[in-house]
Amino acid sequence: MVNKMITNTAQETELERLFQAKIDTEQKIEPKDWMPDAYRQNLIRQMSQHAHSEVIGMQPEGNWITRAPSLRRKAVLLSKVQDEAGHGLYLYSATETLGISRAEMITALQTGTAKYASIFNYPTQTWGDMGAIGWLVDGAAICNQVSLQRTSYGPYARSMIRICKEESFHQRQGYQIMIELAHGTPAQKEMAQDSLNRFYWPSLMMFGPHDSESAHLARSMKWKIKRETNDDLRQKFINQTVSQINYLGLDHPDKALQWNEERGHYDSSELNWDEFYSVINGNGHCNRQRIQHHVKAHEEGAWVREATAAYNLKKQLKLARDAA
Amino acid sequence: MTIEKLELFEVFVRPKRGLDHKHVGSLHAEGREQALEYARDVYTRRTEGISIWVVKSQDISASQEDDNECFFDPSDDKPYRHATYYPLPKEISTM
Ligand SMILES: [Fe+2]
Ligand SMILES: [Fe+2]
Ligand SMILES: [Fe+2]
Repeated sequence: MVNKMITNTAQETELERLFQAKIDTEQKIEPKDWMPDAYRQNLIRQMSQHAHSEVIGMQPEGNWITRAPSLRRKAVLLSKVQDEAGHGLYLYSATETLGISRAEMITALQTGTAKYASIFNYPTQTWGDMGAIGWLVDGAAICNQVSLQRTSYGPYARSMIRICKEESFHQRQGYQIMIELAHGTPAQKEMAQDSLNRFYWPSLMMFGPHDSESAHLARSMKWKIKRETNDDLRQKFINQTVSQINYLGLDHPDKALQWNEERGHYDSSELNWDEFYSVINGNGHCNRQRIQHHVKAHEEGAWVREATAAYNLKKQLKLARDAA
Repeated sequence: MTIEKLELFEVFVRPKRGLDHKHVGSLHAEGREQALEYARDVYTRRTEGISIWVVKSQDISASQEDDNECFFDPSDDKPYRHATYYPLPKEISTM
């Protein structure tokens, strides 16, 4: 017994060495490959959280579909929200290759065991928010997702590539809303400024806590689940957003923002991390509403799933009868 | 056993880690095991791949070219689903 355990451990060490060697040489890990259990669990957590974010992310924008200011705008917003549903599907399916079921993931979301991006717990109060979300929220997501196209798990990397292809329209349509408002009447410009002010900070928080606070960062980087750190990605986003705010002619929400010649980056204000943790832990404006709505939609769809099952059964019975 | 008694399988090969399995062709075999071995013998003689899938052809549901109009056309009139529909001002360096 003892001997067997020792061989198992030696075997595991060898498997783990081969696993790391693949990662070090930029080979992807595929579903049927051996992988350390912690790698699998880490991916399930990150990928399902990502999938939940796509799905819950439909709600703040769905809120404005009926009130879009023109038929064209309505069609654009509908298309975007429809894409997000697809992104959720790609990611759930990729996560299922790790051996967890869709039902388990949905339960984890609905019972609060699994998280989703805290940005979606902020309310969408004006049409300007549709601009700010597409531009900033999808923009920040794209920053992260572009980096994840090189993640070490094959199915995750491939869904990221597919998703990134569809995302750029999301950011552009949002920025176009912002241009129209910011270059419009004084009231419209004010609306754009207000949306920017409210969504700028939570967008920066989408990159997650500081690297120094991130418990599994070193391991995630070693396993190449993450390819760039939270702080590096956030800095990239801060830098590229400056000229976009300038072009709109809006005030930058960060009064301390300053170009740092030496670093070659913008220096910026510290974020309100108390707010971040408070929203993550369920105390944002819309946390309860988002989950309640998800549960409601899921339950209201039950009759469709039942009808499909009944129809399938009926077809099978007919097949069996015809064969007999 | 005559070839008519064998089943038709479609063969998919993953050329290297990180890439999707790609359809490479089909073959006849009496079962999945044999189909896998045949696929190895006929489609990967020059290390074309690192993983093979075989699927019974009859298990594949396919859309019909004749239906393409109603199947795919609705996306033709939605140019706004593409990023290029939204021109970027030249002042913006990256987006
Ligand atoms: Fe997203
Ligand atoms: Fe998305
Ligand atoms: Fe998006």
